[in-house]
Amino acid sequence: MADEAPFQFLHNEVIQYIYKSADSGETENGRNISRLENMGFRVGQGLIERLTKDTARFKDELDVMKFICKDFWTCVFKKQIDNLRTNHQGIYVLQDNKFRLLGQLSAGKQYLEQAPKYLAFTCGLVRGALSNLGVKSIVTAEVSIMPACKFQVMIQKT
Amino acid sequence: MRLTARSRNTNMAVCIAVIAKENYPLYIRSVPTQNELKFHYTVHTSLDVVEEKISAVGKSLGDQRELYLGLLYPTEDYKLKPNILNWRTRYGYVTNSKVKFVIVVDSSNTSLRDNEIRSMFRKLHNSFTDVMCNPFHNPGDPIQSKAFDGIVSGMMVQTG
Repeated sequence: MADEAPFQFLHNEVIQYIYKSADSGETENGRNISRLENMGFRVGQGLIERLTKDTARFKDELDVMKFICKDFWTCVFKKQIDNLRTNHQGIYVLQDNKFRLLGQLSAGKQYLEQAPKYLAFTCGLVRGALSNLGVKSIVTAEVSIMPACKFQVMIQKT
Repeated sequence: MRLTARSRNTNMAVCIAVIAKENYPLYIRSVPTQNELKFHYTVHTSLDVVEEKISAVGKSLGDQRELYLGLLYPTEDYKLKPNILNWRTRYGYVTNSKVKFVIVVDSSNTSLRDNEIRSMFRKLHNSFTDVMCNPFHNPGDPIQSKAFDGIVSGMMVQTG
């Protein structure tokens, strides 16, 4: 319980920092998002290395995704993904009904346009974790009603 | 006296290598001999066996999904002692991120136990994880960590 708050505060500050430091030069939004995403990517890579240290080798892609939904999510967000869906052709949708990083934002529509910057880091986190496990992917997020959000993972076939 | 010293040595590795996901070496360290290239070759040739063992997942009857791959292959090395065959045994280990560890041990006597090798890999993996989580380390770059170096040195045959 005690370690939840620092992560949330740090995450908020990182966003603030990136957006503030960018204000002087360029105001381009996509640039900031990708900076956050890249940060998440590196963190995800390291984190998954530590988390999978004592687990058995994964059978297949689905096995990896399940690990992300359960263990990985629990480690970072103290809860599991509520719903995992797949079309068995490389697209996975991870639904979190009460995403912790959006928990502090008003549940209405008021701050909906602010949501993407609170999701970018997590997108990177998932992409980094998957890439280190040998699964190349593109991760996008969408929000329709505030604390709930969906992450779509598209596996890149090589 | 001489015998005990020798049997301790044979439990230690003569070469330890870390190989990246894309099969290029991240780290390789061997006891200083005339032909260190030989060790590179030995490690390189064991990659096929590692690959084989990884891809066998799901096909075999027993659920062999452990990270520790066990004994890979013994190689004979005529060079060191022309009369006596000097066997080198290679053990493999693969992390979930597909990074491979290979340990080559001198097995002129068969006193070493599986457990010991296992715990060596365990230590190596722990240290490797620390390296990966170091924000100054760039994943995919050769390992230059002193802590990791120290762990490896502790497992190598002490010369001199």
